[in-house]
Amino acid sequence: MLKLEKRPQPSQAWIYLAPLVAVIATMIAGGALFAILGKDPLVAIRTIFYDPLFSEFAFFYRPQLLVKGAPLVLIAIGLSLGFRAGIWNIGAEGQYIVGALTGAGVGLAFYPLEGWFIFPLMVMAGALGGWAWAMIPAVLKVRFGTNEILVSLMLVYVAEQLLASMALGLMKNPQGFGFPGSRNLQQYPSAHNAELIAGSGMHWGVVAALIAVIFAYVLLTRHILGFHIRLTGEAPRAARFAGVNPARLVLICLGLAGALAGLAGMFEVSGPAGRVSIDFNVGYGFTAIIVAFLGRLHPVGILLAGLLMALTYIGGEIAQSRLGLPAAAIQMFQGMLLFFLLAVDVLTNYRLRLARREVA
Amino acid sequence: MDLSSINLVLLLASLMVAATPLLLAAIGELVVERAGVLNLGVEGMMITGAICGFAISVNTGNPLLGVVAAALGGAALALVFAALTQLALANQVASGLGLTLFGLGLSALIGQGYQGVRPPSFPRLSIPGLSDLPVVGRILFSHDLMVYFGLLVVAAVWFMLKYTRAGLILRAVGENHDAAHALGYKVKRIRIMAILFGGACAGMGGAYISLIRVPQWTEGMTAGIGWIALALVVFASWKPWRVLLGAYLFGGVTVIQLNLQAAGVAIPVEYLAMSPYLITILVLVIMSADKSKAPASLGRIFHASR
Amino acid sequence: MKLIKYLSTAALALGMATGAMAQDKLKVGFVYVGPVGDGGWTYEHDKGRQAVEAEFGDKVETVFVESVPEGPDAERVMTQMALDGADLIFTTSFGFMDPTINVAAKFPDVKFEHATGYKRADNVSTYSARFYEGRAIQGHIAGKMTESNIVGYIGSYPIPEVIRGINSAFIHARKVNPDVEFKIVWAYTWFDPAKEADAAKVLIEQGADVIFQHTDSTAPLAAAAEAGNVIGFGQASDMSEYADGPRVSSIIDDWAPYYIDRTRAVMDGTWESTDTWDGIGPGMVGIGEITDRVPADVKAEALAMKEAIAAGEYHPFTGPLNKQDGSAWLAEGEVADDGTLLGMDFYVEGLEGTIPN
Repeated sequence: MLKLEKRPQPSQAWIYLAPLVAVIATMIAGGALFAILGKDPLVAIRTIFYDPLFSEFAFFYRPQLLVKGAPLVLIAIGLSLGFRAGIWNIGAEGQYIVGALTGAGVGLAFYPLEGWFIFPLMVMAGALGGWAWAMIPAVLKVRFGTNEILVSLMLVYVAEQLLASMALGLMKNPQGFGFPGSRNLQQYPSAHNAELIAGSGMHWGVVAALIAVIFAYVLLTRHILGFHIRLTGEAPRAARFAGVNPARLVLICLGLAGALAGLAGMFEVSGPAGRVSIDFNVGYGFTAIIVAFLGRLHPVGILLAGLLMALTYIGGEIAQSRLGLPAAAIQMFQGMLLFFLLAVDVLTNYRLRLARREVA
Repeated sequence: MDLSSINLVLLLASLMVAATPLLLAAIGELVVERAGVLNLGVEGMMITGAICGFAISVNTGNPLLGVVAAALGGAALALVFAALTQLALANQVASGLGLTLFGLGLSALIGQGYQGVRPPSFPRLSIPGLSDLPVVGRILFSHDLMVYFGLLVVAAVWFMLKYTRAGLILRAVGENHDAAHALGYKVKRIRIMAILFGGACAGMGGAYISLIRVPQWTEGMTAGIGWIALALVVFASWKPWRVLLGAYLFGGVTVIQLNLQAAGVAIPVEYLAMSPYLITILVLVIMSADKSKAPASLGRIFHASR
Repeated sequence: MKLIKYLSTAALALGMATGAMAQDKLKVGFVYVGPVGDGGWTYEHDKGRQAVEAEFGDKVETVFVESVPEGPDAERVMTQMALDGADLIFTTSFGFMDPTINVAAKFPDVKFEHATGYKRADNVSTYSARFYEGRAIQGHIAGKMTESNIVGYIGSYPIPEVIRGINSAFIHARKVNPDVEFKIVWAYTWFDPAKEADAAKVLIEQGADVIFQHTDSTAPLAAAAEAGNVIGFGQASDMSEYADGPRVSSIIDDWAPYYIDRTRAVMDGTWESTDTWDGIGPGMVGIGEITDRVPADVKAEALAMKEAIAAGEYHPFTGPLNKQDGSAWLAEGEVADDGTLLGMDFYVEGLEGTIPN
């Protein structure tokens, strides 16, 4: 019988080895899945992991990695701060939607005026919108002790209805022949979050994501607030003795997460997506939770996890179209990747030992 | 506007049906969380149960066998989660979300070829005399069997948690796993069993949708009900009867808003569509005077140090 | 725009590479918004894809990607298909409109076909189906068969497509039954079978004995079957599994003839950018078998209407028709123009309630 024994120190070697082992294990298990479905497992694995990065058309896919990864990283960074302090915001999807609505709303209100100040205003409106939406669970928690998991999740559905109503009503494109959806902000230069260097995939959202990573890193390692966040998560009682104000922490953590999610929504609607439409949101807010934990709630880890998730999405699409793999198989494959990454992580903090007796 | 066209008796009856899948999934998750484990994979287990139940029902022609298969399917997926979180000590939030992803994919693969198939119909309760009673008969005594089974599970969980030794141990494990371990309880074994129970319940909740409520198989057909079930456990402050209340409240508001629409009430549809979520929040705020807390060990990883 | 240059060079290089192979194999791509297993919208498009494969055999290769979200993901999938040498790409959701136009601009040699949109380009065609023609026939059957004079209608979102269907059904139900009333429930979701089931039950409880659905699951039919004396119609697919019960007819999305036509046009080099809005006549809208539950005379009338619509002799929106507020819309004998129909955002006279927005 195998037994886990806690290491006195996390193993440095396994911190780096674990993801590698997990990816290899996923390739084996995923390959088996693809083989069962009648596809060549080696070709499938190569299509998902290798082709987007190094194939003939990598010049197109590499920038796409940034486009797909940026909102994930931006949202996950915000969430990770709260998660570290034991504050469970699982409604980032709603904050993302509302940020997109307020951001786009400001832009559309100025149409067709051109001016340098419009885009910055939209950025502020987006952050503010996400922040305000996150303040609802935050204030309810601080004031009434209401559970933030439930409130933030319920507000996702409310935000979705709000989005539909905006796309069908207030923000509908007057020149859209009655069809739902707003004007395309890509065709409104002052409000367009365009690529900074054409063909690079770098738009302001990517820049914001990178800034957020650095900001979170500095905050957590150098700033007293970061210390309070970590302390609250690891030892709540000690935190209270250390003078941490839990209510303030809830407001700050949820507010930051909301603002970042709102920013992500705003950059998405004004750039890659372009329009407010009924189906504008595609689940970034939920996927970001996975990204946050996959990155072990560490800013740099989140950056890498976000890019990895983006890679599986992009590679998965290529595999669907080239090999005829069903989308469901790709979803299962992503699930497996997560399972292995999470499972192998145990070896960082524990070592396997042979034991005679069963442990409880 | 014609409110008189809303029939209260029928409304109450359909509320019970609308709430049943939520109720089953939520009561299962409640047991899991009372054992100190947070499994966010309810949606994935529900949809897996939905297709397992559907496939077995169609192939055997026996809907009851389908429900059993759904429970087994849900539990099988939960076993993956149990292995990850209890044996490999993986993070529960991420594992649960991964489970949802995996379950949605798995169910879609199993479900290929089951589109457009009509499952065998489900037996309903019909007690001569009782089912024919004017008002009560329609509300209480003329549903399909799963509606009663759902209620039975809630009662059983309540009784088990409150009055039995097993319930006491389960709660001890959820409140303080180190102390429970010190007392000699097998923390991991208990938690794994709770997780399997949760999976089985979620699977049956999913099968209720694919076999009775809709009934058909479509990819992703649970459409987020698993998430609502998760929220309901929190709403209920981890108390079984409140899960029932929450499920009826949520199902009730959903049915009422559709009723109001059909009756032509002059409230904008988007607000009506939001109402189940807003009212759930509102009721939670009102009930927040109750300070019962989540199980203290919820979501924390347990490893026996010796 | 360096990317465009890159892409067009790549496309050019590929165009030459595939040009050599093009003689034997045409590559046709499909971008779907839902899973092929949704049993409705995407399922029917995929049947069209399979029909293309069956028709041309070795001469075509079809590829598809399912469950593609709108926005940048759709744009990436289309670009990827074009890079991989697709000659013709069908994008089958309204939300893919702007991405289709964007990608088409980068790949002038690839032909694009966008379903249900209104933006076209030299290499982008649009196509859509006149489902309202089928609704007219269903409305007629409903008006004749309802005994409670209450007809229930489940809509997804209040978009022109759905409003058109409601109006068409209502006009023809009223025509044969002046007492008929419509109760409309908006689900505010594209896809949630459980909610559709609830909506159908609510409508039946409020007295409806005919249920229309503009949502793709069989949930409303199952609810009708349970209630017993209620009828309904198949939507998107035939739903013939309920033909022994409530389903008395259906509207079937049949994309196969169009997809085969357009693929052949690319093969022959006769493809041009067009705007297609086909109905029962060309076979894009199929009317499923009318069951014996419908009285023989009603069935005969319904079939006659189908013939008249197919032959172009009758248009479901023919005046005199007023808008809901009583203002005149179409004069006696006047036929609605396609522009008004495409963007329809009003109810016709007699319908109650307001369109949410």
